[in-house]
Amino acid sequence: MREANEKKKGRVAENVEMSVSIQPLGDRALVIDWGGGIAVDTHQRIRAFCTWLNKRQRPEVIEIIPAYTTVTVIYDPMKIIGMQGSYRLSYQLDQDIAHARLSPYQHMKKWMEELLISMEHMDVGESRVVDIPVCYGGEYGPDLELVAAHAGLSVEEVIDLHRNQDYLVHMVGFAPGFPYLGGLSERLEVPRRSTPRASIAPGSVGIGGKQTGVYPISTPGGWNLIGRTPRRLFRPESLTPSLLQMGDIVRFRPITVEQYAEWTEEEL
Amino acid sequence: MSLTIMKPGLLTTVQDLGRDGYQQQGVIVSGAMDRYALRMANLLTGNTQGMAALEVTMWGPAIQFEQASLVAICGAPFEPRINGRIVPLWRPVWVRAGEILEFGACSSGARAYLAVAGGVDVPLVLGSRSTYLRAQIGGHEGRALLAGDVLPIGEPSSLAASYMANIEPELTASPFTAASWFIGELNRPAYHEEPLVRFVRGREYHQFTEASKEAFSSHRFRVSSQSDRMGYRLEGPEIQMDNRVELLSSAVVFGTVQVPPQGSPIILMADRQTVGGYPRIAQVASVDLPILAQVRPGDWIRFDEITLEEAEQMYTLAEQLMRRLECAIGLYLKQGGL
Repeated sequence: MREANEKKKGRVAENVEMSVSIQPLGDRALVIDWGGGIAVDTHQRIRAFCTWLNKRQRPEVIEIIPAYTTVTVIYDPMKIIGMQGSYRLSYQLDQDIAHARLSPYQHMKKWMEELLISMEHMDVGESRVVDIPVCYGGEYGPDLELVAAHAGLSVEEVIDLHRNQDYLVHMVGFAPGFPYLGGLSERLEVPRRSTPRASIAPGSVGIGGKQTGVYPISTPGGWNLIGRTPRRLFRPESLTPSLLQMGDIVRFRPITVEQYAEWTEEEL
Repeated sequence: MSLTIMKPGLLTTVQDLGRDGYQQQGVIVSGAMDRYALRMANLLTGNTQGMAALEVTMWGPAIQFEQASLVAICGAPFEPRINGRIVPLWRPVWVRAGEILEFGACSSGARAYLAVAGGVDVPLVLGSRSTYLRAQIGGHEGRALLAGDVLPIGEPSSLAASYMANIEPELTASPFTAASWFIGELNRPAYHEEPLVRFVRGREYHQFTEASKEAFSSHRFRVSSQSDRMGYRLEGPEIQMDNRVELLSSAVVFGTVQVPPQGSPIILMADRQTVGGYPRIAQVASVDLPILAQVRPGDWIRFDEITLEEAEQMYTLAEQLMRRLECAIGLYLKQGGL
């Protein structure tokens, strides 16, 4: 993730590649796909695009959902078809994009293409660094020794490798506030447990295959648990319920059992 | 103003049109499974379409009304009763204070919606009153309703209040009185044990084998017992890809049909996760989601391919019809007659 740091203030300067594809996802959503695999470059483009789109709040956009290489836009077709008191089936569109007789999908696709072209040189801004205190091992990390044995490392080496790394939040999903993190050391890759746990405590930090992450709410799960954070990753009372946002950098910091017990959530 | 849950039923939850705008933070949409029935029940009680109501599943609850209420029940025919008499569906019903509405089981379909004038007034969480069971937020204490729960009811709209004031003096002698006007059968989805569900091609449609694509549109699929508000697992011919490629997770929506490696499709429903990593063979047309919401485990589904343009036009027509019904209901409520 060193690359991510260097690009923290990165600009998306390249021309809009025409390899970007736009496809429908049913009759109320479309997917913009930058293609390829998980890459910091693609991530920066997606961040830039979301920022660009969010700045242009339009009534037909219900929400946008960024992922590793895609942005999905959910829209309201009825807002696009200007009803204006008539019940005609012809598609009446906004004045500012006067592409007459486009279907709702065609209208959205056209607009997305225009946005992609106009967002060149978009500044995505600085990444926020979020500190996640973790009490490693013991009661909170029942699989830490198993991970160490599998990796052929000592418990201390596992903790050092896990903490001395910047992790990029590629996307949030699966569960509310659950970050898909990039940057786990290859030496810490450990297969998921063959039998998933029926319930995992909120705040549990785990490793599953090439991924590491934190469980925000109690769910079943198959990752190896190496520690637990007292920080709440999902805060439904807040307008930004997910502590971590796409584009954030996560740093894990070891704390003791006592520090875990004394942790008080900071005021927001 | 409140109502009290006397018996909870199989799964009774508070739902509205869902929690939009937070999927990029991993918060699922939730909301009513059958949005048509929810919207209609709300309109019939003078509410706006998206107010919170009770979603009743398979085996319904018993509910006591603290005060005289204007209610409407839309969706599956549960044969709800007050004082032993059947309460008709798809129309406004005035209920006397203290009466108990008992749902029982439904003869077809799976879900019904009970709207009350004023709406179920539980606190808003992230812009919605829908119950998100897994995260334990929204609705009533983030969970399915239990016996003894007391739910606050909001202030009825001026339309509902004037309608009630108009009809009430004549009614206090009987436990409930139903309006003589109602949503006709032509404007109600026909619940079926083997519905035909229209779909447009999913993003990975072309990567499935010819035989699988053919089987998907020509065979019927059984809705497995492992089906719930999150999704329906289907049993039927195995659906396979030409070359199985690992996909990166990306967004899924209501009605996305994804196929895990073992070849049994899953239709994602109201409580779906925000993202998924399985290939998507199809996307159910929005206009048919209310029909899909009413199938039950053991029912069969057939899929029929349509073009995106057709799906868009059907959706548009359905929404325009909804607006006309909204106007008509408003006029009837304003006139004040039973």
